[in-house]
Parts: sequence; C-alpha cells; structure tokens
Amino acid sequence: MSLKLQTDRHFVVSGIVVLVLLTIVIKLFYIQVIDSRYKFSAQNNVLRYVTQYPVRGLIYDRNGKLLVSNKVVYDLLVVKRLVKSFDTTEFANLLDISTDQVREAFTSLKKQRGYSSRKAMVLLKQLPVDVCNRFREQLFRYPGFELQPRTVRKYERHIAAHMLGYVGEVDENTINNNSYYQLGDYIGISGLEKTYEKELRGKKGVNIYMVDVHNRIKGPYENGKFDSVAVEGKNLETTIDADLQEYGEKLMVNKIGSIVAIDPKTGEVLAMVTSPSYDPSLLVGRERAQNFMQLQTDSLKPIFNRSIMALYPPGSTFKVVNALIGLQEGIVHPYTQYSCAGGYTVGRGVGCHIHRSPINLTEAIEMSCNTYFCHVFRNIIDNPEYGSVEEGLNVWRKHVESFGYGHKLGIDLPNELGGIVPSTSFYDKYFRKGGWSSLTIISLAIGQGELSATPLQMANLVSTIANRGYYLTPHIVKSIGDSLSIDEKFSQMHRTTIDSVWYNYVIEGMDMAVNCEPGGGGTARIAALPNIRICGKTGTSQNPHGKDHSVFFAFAPKDDPKIAISVYVENAGFGATWAAPIASLMIEKYLTDSISRPYLENYILQANLLNRRGKTK
Amino acid sequence: MERRSKLLSNLDWTTVFIYILLVLMGWLNIYAAVYSDEHSSIFDFSQRYGKQLIWIGFAFLLAIIVLFSDARIYSGFAYVFYILIILALFATLMFGKVVNASKSWIQVGSFAIQPAEFAKIATILALAKVMGRYNFKLNSFKSYVVAGFIAFFPALIILMQNDMGSALVFGSLIIVFFREGLPGWLLAFFAFLVMLFIFTLVFSTSAIMVTLLLLAGIVFVVIGGKLKAYARLLGIVLGVGVVLYFGSQIFSWKIPFNYIFIIPILVGVLAALIKAIASRSRIVFYSALFLLVSVGLSLSTDYVFEHVLDVHHQKRINDLLGIESDPLGWGYNVNQSKIAIGSGGFLGKGYLQGTQTKFNFVPEQSTDFIFCTVGEEWGFIGSFVVILLFAILLLRLLKIAERQRETFSRIYGYGVVSIMFFHVAINIGMTIGLVPVIGIPLPFFSYGGSSLWSFTLMVFILLKLDSDRYGALG
Repeated sequence: MSLKLQTDRHFVVSGIVVLVLLTIVIKLFYIQVIDSRYKFSAQNNVLRYVTQYPVRGLIYDRNGKLLVSNKVVYDLLVVKRLVKSFDTTEFANLLDISTDQVREAFTSLKKQRGYSSRKAMVLLKQLPVDVCNRFREQLFRYPGFELQPRTVRKYERHIAAHMLGYVGEVDENTINNNSYYQLGDYIGISGLEKTYEKELRGKKGVNIYMVDVHNRIKGPYENGKFDSVAVEGKNLETTIDADLQEYGEKLMVNKIGSIVAIDPKTGEVLAMVTSPSYDPSLLVGRERAQNFMQLQTDSLKPIFNRSIMALYPPGSTFKVVNALIGLQEGIVHPYTQYSCAGGYTVGRGVGCHIHRSPINLTEAIEMSCNTYFCHVFRNIIDNPEYGSVEEGLNVWRKHVESFGYGHKLGIDLPNELGGIVPSTSFYDKYFRKGGWSSLTIISLAIGQGELSATPLQMANLVSTIANRGYYLTPHIVKSIGDSLSIDEKFSQMHRTTIDSVWYNYVIEGMDMAVNCEPGGGGTARIAALPNIRICGKTGTSQNPHGKDHSVFFAFAPKDDPKIAISVYVENAGFGATWAAPIASLMIEKYLTDSISRPYLENYILQANLLNRRGKTK
Repeated sequence: MERRSKLLSNLDWTTVFIYILLVLMGWLNIYAAVYSDEHSSIFDFSQRYGKQLIWIGFAFLLAIIVLFSDARIYSGFAYVFYILIILALFATLMFGKVVNASKSWIQVGSFAIQPAEFAKIATILALAKVMGRYNFKLNSFKSYVVAGFIAFFPALIILMQNDMGSALVFGSLIIVFFREGLPGWLLAFFAFLVMLFIFTLVFSTSAIMVTLLLLAGIVFVVIGGKLKAYARLLGIVLGVGVVLYFGSQIFSWKIPFNYIFIIPILVGVLAALIKAIASRSRIVFYSALFLLVSVGLSLSTDYVFEHVLDVHHQKRINDLLGIESDPLGWGYNVNQSKIAIGSGGFLGKGYLQGTQTKFNFVPEQSTDFIFCTVGEEWGFIGSFVVILLFAILLLRLLKIAERQRETFSRIYGYGVVSIMFFHVAINIGMTIGLVPVIGIPLPFFSYGGSSLWSFTLMVFILLKLDSDRYGALG
C-alpha cells in the first residue's frame, strides 16, 4: 500500500467519523431547536397518565335478578409540591374524618412506592359520594388536590357472600407476577370474583395528557395516539336462585352447616348456603380491613366456605352407595334379606335401632339398618372373586370414586376440597400391611370412619342418584357476557360404574324413608310433602367435635327430579330432627314458591343450635 | 526517575484531559438521571451515582496501572488475553445470569461483570497482533479468513448469549480492515449490508427490497461478470437511499418508508437494464426472469414472516434488535426519548431541572438512554459540546494511531477508534430516532463499571503504546 493511499484512508476514516457525528448534530439541532413538536409552552412538561378504570361486570341470578352491581366512590389524590398550607381541622371536617387521620395520611403518603412530590399520589381511598360532592365545591381552596372516581362493589341483596367472594386491592406478589395489575388496582380475591376475574375486570384504558408545571391538563398527548379505551367487564349470569338462597340462609340462622341444592339435569347449583355467613357489603369500602379482621377472628369461622371446604363423614346417607355397589357386584339381591337384632355383632360390633326384621334391601334403606349394610359391605370387601381384602377395597373404592368422591368435582369456585376415600395404602400405613380386614374397616359400611366429603359432593351424589347413574359437574355460572357457552367441562356427563337398573331399588328405599305409612319405619317421614314425592335419606354423622351432625339428602319429584339437595347441620343430632325438615322446606320453596307448613318453618327458624359444640351426645 | 519523566512528557495530555472531562460529565448526568428529592446526597452509595463514583475511582486506578506497566506486555500477551476472554465468554454462556433475556453477565462476589465489554479490548489486541505481523498483507483469501476469524469469533459467542447489541459492535472493526487495505467498495458494500440487515429485521416489509437488490446484484455479477460495476451501481442506489432516508428523518419529508427503498432500487434496476441492453446479450431475458423470481420470492418472504413463522419466532427476530426490551413498544420509547431531548431546547432546562427523564418516561435512563439527560438538561449546546468532545477524542486517537511506528500499535489504535465510534454513533443515534434501538452503552457516560473500565483500558493502553513509541530507541 502506497503512502498516499494510507494518508487517503486516514482521511476517509476521519471523514466518516465527522460526517456521521455531523448528521447527529444536525438531527439534534432539528429536534431541539427547529421542530417545536417537542417543546411545549411551559418549561416543565410532564405527561400525566390517567388510568380509565373499567366498570366491573355485574352478577345476576338465574332469573335475571341483580345480585352484585357497582357504586362510585372517590380516591383523593394529591400532588404534594402544589399543596399550600391549609387549616387541618377544616379540611378534616370537610372530609368527615379526624385531624389525626389527615396527619396520618400525609405521613404514610411519603412511604408509598414510587412516591414523588410532583406526581398525583393517592392520599385517601374510597371516600363516599356525598362527602366528595361537598369537598368538590371547596376544591378550589385546596390546590394540588383532586378526586378520582373508582367503582366498588354494591350488593343488591345481602346473600351468598362465600359464593360471590370479594374484591380488594392487589397485593405486591400479584403485581410482580402479572403486568396487568398496578398498585391500587382491584382484583377478585375469593369466590366467583376470583374465578371469573379475567371476565369481570374488563380492560383498563389510559389517557395520556400533557400537563404544565401547575399540573393543569394542557391537552391530550400526541392527539391521543397512545391512549387506549377502557373495556367494560362482562356480566355473569349465575345458576343461583336468589330467593331460594335467601330462604336457605334464613333457615340456617343460628346453626352451623351448609345447604347445597343442584338441578340434577344440568348440574346447575341452585343454592349454596354456608352458615354462619356474613353480609358481603361488609367487605367493601373503607371499613373493609377492619371488618375482615373481625370476621377472621370470629370463632365460628364465618369466612370459611363450608359448602366446598368442610369435610364431613357422610354418615348413613352413604348406605345408598354401598347398596348400589353391592347390587352391581352381585353380592346382594334386591330381595336378599338379613335379620337384625339390634346390631351387627361380629367383632367390636355395630349397633342398630329397633325395627322389624328380617328386611330386604329397599327396607334396609328405608329404615337405615346398620346391620344390613355391615353384611353388604363385608360381602363386597371379602368377595372371594377378588382374592384378597386389598383387592376388595380397591374395587369398592373405584366404584365410590365414580360418584365424584375422593377428588375435587371442579366447580367454578376457588379452594374446593376433594374429600377422602381411604385406599389400601392408607390402611397399610394406618395399621400395617395385612393387619386389617373388612371387619377392621366396618365403619365404612355406614359412612363413618376415614371417609369424608364436602356438602357439595353430597348434593352431587344425590343428584347422581336422581339421574339414575350420572352427574354433570356442578357449576355456578350459566353465561358470561353475550356468549351463552361456558366451559365444556360443565356439559360433560360423568357416568358411575353402576348400571342404571339398580338405582330404582335404592330410590324406592329413599322414597319409602320419606313417604311410608305411619308406623312403616321410614326414618324421614318429617320431610314428606303431600303433593311432591321426595326421596331422601337421613344421616347422623359421628364426629370428634361433639354431638353428631344432622345430615339429610334428597331429591324431588321422584319421577322428574328438578332439585337435589344436601343439608348438614353441625352438632345438631339426628338427621331427621333438623336436616330433613330444612331440606323439605327448601324443596317446597323451590318447586312451589310457597310454604304450606308454617309450624315446621317456625320450628326451624326458632332453633338455636350454635352452642352444642363440644358437648357429647 | 528518568523513565517516569519521559512517560509524563510523552503522554498525550489532550486525550487524558478529554477523557477526564467526559467521565466527569457522565457522572454528573447519572446523578441527574437518578436524582430525586429523597436521596440528594452526592455520596449516597446506595444510589447509582454513588456506585458510579466507585467505578470511576477504579477506572482512574486502572489508567494509572496501565501507564506504569510495561508496554510490551500488550503485544506480547495479546493471544493469551484473547484466549482467556474467549474462555470467559464461554463460561458466561454456561454459568452467566440472565438479564433482560440475554445471558451476558457473570457474577463475581457481590457484583456482576460483562465479559463482552472486555472482549473488545482483547479482540483488537489480537487482531493488531495478527495483522501487524511482519509479512502480513490483506491480499489473499487466507489472510481475510484468519483476520476475520480473530475479529468476529467473539461476536459469535456474544450473539449466542443473546446480546445482539454487543455483537454488532464488532462489525465496526471493518474500519480497521479498511485502513489495512480492504478495497473501498467492499467497505461500502459492508456498510450497505449492515444497514439493510438492521432495517430488514425492524421493518419486515422491506425484506422484499433487500431480496430484490441482492438478486439484481447476482444478475449483474454472474451474467455481466462485472463486480466493480455492480459495486458502483450499488453506490448509486445506496447514495439515493441514504439521501432519501436521512432527508425524511431530518427534514420530515413525507416519504412513505417503503419508497425510500423502492425509489433507489428502481433507479438501480433501470441503470442495470440500460447497461444490459447496451451489451446486447441474453441479459435482458435473464434480467426479466430474475426480476420475476425476485418479486415472487420477496412476496413469499413477507408471507413466510406473517403466516408461516409463529409469533414467538417473529418475536425472537424482533428480540435480536432489542425491540422486545422496550416494554411499551418501539415507537413509544423513541418518542419519549425524543421528547426528553427535544424539550431541552437550545439552552436546556438546567442541571437537575429535567422532568422527562426524572419521571421514568425514558427507560434505561441512566444506562443506554443517558444521552436523554444531556439533551434535556443541557439543551442543544450541551449535546453539541458532548458530541464535539467525542469527535475531538476520536480524531485525536486516529492521529495517535497514524503516528505509530509499530504496525501493531497503529492497528490497535484504529480498533479503539472503530469501537468507540460505533458506540457513540449508535447510542446517540438511537436516542434521537436515527437508528433502531440497539442496547449498547455510551462510552464514559452510561452507568456501569464494565463499560467504563473497558473503555478506560482501551484508551490508556493506546496512550501507553503511544508514549512508548520511541521506547525501542531508548
């Protein structure tokens, strides 16, 4: 390479450097000096992001009655550096709060995440409308303050708190994991509000404004090029019958327990009562935190959703399942008779009440005979066809699970529990391998022992029986927004492992339990209605917490089932005493929309069964 | 004692002065970018400006160590440094931690180091060593392969770390090749390829245009056998394109973006056709055929991008250019950055008075977008001074490189200039919307130890070599 070329190249490289940097300087001169687009009138331009909060979707019951709507409240925002000194007392009076609260609000203001004295920060949250109207008139005297509308939940009827759930501010964890949420946003925390958060919340919008040094809006930024419109949340139509729900909650006042009612044909949940309950509007507004604390520390656990989270032994109601398994496996025939002389006497023995003897399968269900089902159960487990007790239990367990036991049903509510169906490995661990027999686990025959299920699973079980062998996953939402379709899993038929012909014998027994002649031995005659044929089964579930739980499940009418219901009343005694009349009243209310037995209603309404916990029978 | 006084008298004090000036200005701007009413103490080491102060202290220490080191180690150990840094890059690839989707940081104790920053020094040292060999000439295929490998192999590993910005930096070493004998038209062609590559990825529609141009080139070279003629043609196309592009960028001509590609290509194709007819062969036929094929291909390119590639592939392509690290979309960020700089006006809003940068409107405001603070608070005057200082520094370094007696030192000097120039031009260019957003720091200004130390080492090694240029004599 010649020396000249070398000098040339030095020159070319220098030229490139100068040219490129010159281009940058020209461009800089253009955007900084010539082009006025980037310079606004005032010296300190800041963009203001005003979030447009969408209205959360409404929730309706199955008949179009409004359950949950929204109301407007205001957050008080403040730009600290614009605030002039003011009379704290007057300010506090205007806002209907104490001067201490004002001072406290200002101290905690600075601790907020991303605090800046130039940005509008939230000073006070969720001020009621009337206060804000008063304050707005005086707003001109308080530079730097402004009101931002927010919507919070409003409950048209004070029912179904557990099922509806509540809405609250997002926590830090959610903000970090989900870019949609920002500090101060609301989110569904439990119940339907949580399950359907995405549908209910809609989509936030943002308006970007240019503001001057006095925080006055000068106009939309870039003519709204980067703005977005808020999209309203979708409405939910639920399967709940608000009147039935309300009636159920009324009946359960002063009782602990749960009622779940399902339309067996569709799996739609008609009512889901948990008692004790609370008024959902307690968890809205400025007193929310305080009320929540109070509910949380209540010894009766009103926040606990018993319908889907409480695990109870099914008790005698479970005899119908053992009867069906026995029939399917061929170890018992509808006319097989066993005699009962006050109990099953093998091993430790299982007692029974006094009734006529011998009896067949239908009668055994009608009279809830323990002895009969001990025979049936042992014959299932010890059936020589299976070869071993373990295999026998496996067969039994497979049948039981096909009724929706031992796993979550998949209802559209958060935190559902799945219950327990004991397995061979469980007993191997509990006793030892080979250390147990059908006699050891005999309490399963009458729905006691290690077996447990939620009230929802119980309602689903009786719904399965009403359908003669199948169920649809219980669900609470019927439609979302304009679309009529919901998750496909709610229209899938789950068949049990029992042939449908066997159900009629069991249903016959449940019919007789309610509708037999006086003196016929039926355990639930108190539930009978003159014009509607109810089929039901009582249960008295022993538990370690005190007096037995009163259990009853039923469906009606017998030939065209429209409602399947399970009732649990904790520590209340016999199933027939409390649970059966409650179920009967609920069925009558739903099917006829009237009550023909005011004496029965009064008997339930006046009962206070709260303080029976811990007392033994 | 004599040696020290020689060092001090031979040292290029102009460069040292500009260096110190830039570092201090950088620090003041980081302070301004992070500044808030709560943390106003300058020596708050929990804040970025506090930490940067520590990095600066270390940088000065490094500079002094380099100045008092033996100049021969840089040429003597060039390959050792190179191999070590290659190993470090591989180690990062395997054990590094992921920041912003790229795995380019390695954790050492309580702080993280980015080996890619130091790979630049090692690479130019090794490149200088290879090209500075007594009988090395850039005139054979083999010589290009060897030098090319040394220069671009680290870039490949860095690319695997998913750090497109740092990898692209190595492309600037083409300037070194140019200085050492690469034909000029190849430099132009390279620049052209780089620009088109970037634009194609950013604007998918223009993939069409690239295909067209490349095919026109094949037609011309293969059929016409005239490589130089094509390069000349490409020069025309590129020239028209550049004029249109920067014209539309600077003076807001209302030219739809695609036309910036279409117009020069049409001009080029027209010229090619005239040439083809003039040479009276089957060229016209082939040209027509190739045009047809190229149009078909370009349409399918668009189709493939939109329909065949699924979203995460498209995203990955966008990722390559750092578009994804921009949480609210590409247009938004550049717009914010331009507003911050543009709102500075002629004189600026005054130190610590910037509002745009303070309220986090501009992302990465203390690292990649630090120039926004300069533009907003110091205005055009301040921006101009900063760019002027960089220009003086770069030209000064070029001058230093040229006055070296050792080829090694000269090539090293050119390497330093290439890399620093690329960083400055791309970084400032992206903040004002001249080039796509490529996440590379502004030398001496951006927050972070690795970048500051690497540029300090780069410059002071050159100054050391320079002060020692008569060393061989005495």
